[in-house]
Amino acid sequence: MGLLEVRNLTLTLGGSKILNDLTIDFWEGHIHAVVGPNGAGKSTLAATIMGLSGYRDFEGDILLEGQSIKGLTLDERAKKGMTLAWQEPARYEGLTVRDFIKASAKDKSDDAIKEVLSGVGLKDGSYIERAVDRTLSGGERKKVELASILAMQPKLVFLDEPDSGIDVESLERIFEAVKTLKAAGSTVILITHSPTVLEQAEHAFLICCGELVEQGSVEKIDGYFKDRCVPCDHKNRPDRKGGGDV
Amino acid sequence: MSTKQREVETLYSQTGTGTDVLKDPDVAHLTVNHNKVLTSHTLEGLEIDVKEIEDGIDVELVLRRGVTIDKTVHMCFGMTPREGIQRINMKVRLEENSAISVLAHCVFPNAVDVEHIMDAEIEVGAGARYSYLEKHVHGKTGGIKVYPKAKIHLAQKSAFKTEFELLRGRVGLIDIEYETTCEARSVMDVMARINGIETDFIKINEIGHLVGEHARGALTSKIAISDKARAEIYNTLTASAAHARGHVDCKEIVRGEATAMAVPTVRVNHPRAHVTHEAAIGSVDTKQLETLMSRGLDEDEASDLIIQGMLS
Repeated sequence: MGLLEVRNLTLTLGGSKILNDLTIDFWEGHIHAVVGPNGAGKSTLAATIMGLSGYRDFEGDILLEGQSIKGLTLDERAKKGMTLAWQEPARYEGLTVRDFIKASAKDKSDDAIKEVLSGVGLKDGSYIERAVDRTLSGGERKKVELASILAMQPKLVFLDEPDSGIDVESLERIFEAVKTLKAAGSTVILITHSPTVLEQAEHAFLICCGELVEQGSVEKIDGYFKDRCVPCDHKNRPDRKGGGDV
Repeated sequence: MSTKQREVETLYSQTGTGTDVLKDPDVAHLTVNHNKVLTSHTLEGLEIDVKEIEDGIDVELVLRRGVTIDKTVHMCFGMTPREGIQRINMKVRLEENSAISVLAHCVFPNAVDVEHIMDAEIEVGAGARYSYLEKHVHGKTGGIKVYPKAKIHLAQKSAFKTEFELLRGRVGLIDIEYETTCEARSVMDVMARINGIETDFIKINEIGHLVGEHARGALTSKIAISDKARAEIYNTLTASAAHARGHVDCKEIVRGEATAMAVPTVRVNHPRAHVTHEAAIGSVDTKQLETLMSRGLDEDEASDLIIQGMLS
């Protein structure tokens, strides 16, 4: 039994099945990866599990620690220990890094906030006073968002494309933070199509056209993705007879 | 403690500043309750001439040429009575190359039927710098009407920065009219930050004339309204000289049954001038909201935090 169980999840948007009868177990304390080509439904899966607006009307069920969370709102799910880091984090005019992180932090002291910022490579003490707005680069905002998740100490976190907008050096910091989350007992789910990010996981799921195609070790999924998804040009499900446009 | 001292304590207790600042001999100050002058202290080069009138005061502030006042000047225009009119007729003149920063506390904690009328004429001399922050603290009834009106003239190479802040208590009715004329290479920065609730009505009419070459100006309004509050923002910026640059910016977050309107007007009368505008009215951004909700804040807590940031 997983910490998070997705049971026969089907999501239809605009007449198209974006997620199609997905059943997945995410095990507690593991680093998982959900991989697949663009448009496969990876981010939609995270959005649906979190209960974001526009993704609440689905068939099937989602269980956290054996209890259905289908009827819970986004903040109720977050209060149960689930959270999400967006591929492109939001900007907040005037809201300081301190107040942004404090909003979710278990330890709201400045020292604790500086520690999580340092943990994602933002060691300069002045970051705490800065606004989470356009004066921060996309990469810096991504790190601030990850710092807020470190401060939250969630049971389970989705990191959507954690390498997006991040330079190579900073990416190592992000990976360190992922390990910190795991060490603290969090279950981490990486949403990615990057082999580099996939390597950080212990177990992976490959989805395409909203369906689970394969699951298993990182090596297995990486091989499958490179051999069958990449040649497929990210347009068709590789093992679907005759293919089918997304 | 004398009655005067008690009134001063009462007014400053609302501001978050406290009265200790008034004990500093290097801090100039003026405290007025309705039409009574409670404190007045000036410094060399700064003249503050105050006259009590029937329903307020006439005040003339002159800063002599080349004088810089290092510490912020504190002014407090308040009314502890529940009813009445307070009229502040203010003339400000900064002579050449002088500099001053003023923090004006406008405190109306008990207002049930109060009008606060501010009429100001401000002349900022060549090369002078004037910073004026007006912070309002109102009570919970909304029984207050505020009419701040100012005509400002900025001489060459001068700078004028003003902020109007009303974030604590009910707005009631506020009707701001500022008109600023900017000569060559002067800089104008006018901002209003107001939070309206219940049946509050906010009306802002800020006008800037960039008449001199290389004059620069910004008119910024940040408004949050909820319940049945209303806001109407009319900001106008005209550039009529070479290399004049300006921007009009209006952001309004609307919740509940509140209604907002923004009418930014930009006029350019010179081919080498440039003015831009930006107006955004709407509910709290979904992504901002959902990010905070995904950290465990409920919708109201998340909205409040976003608005607090915008108005900060």
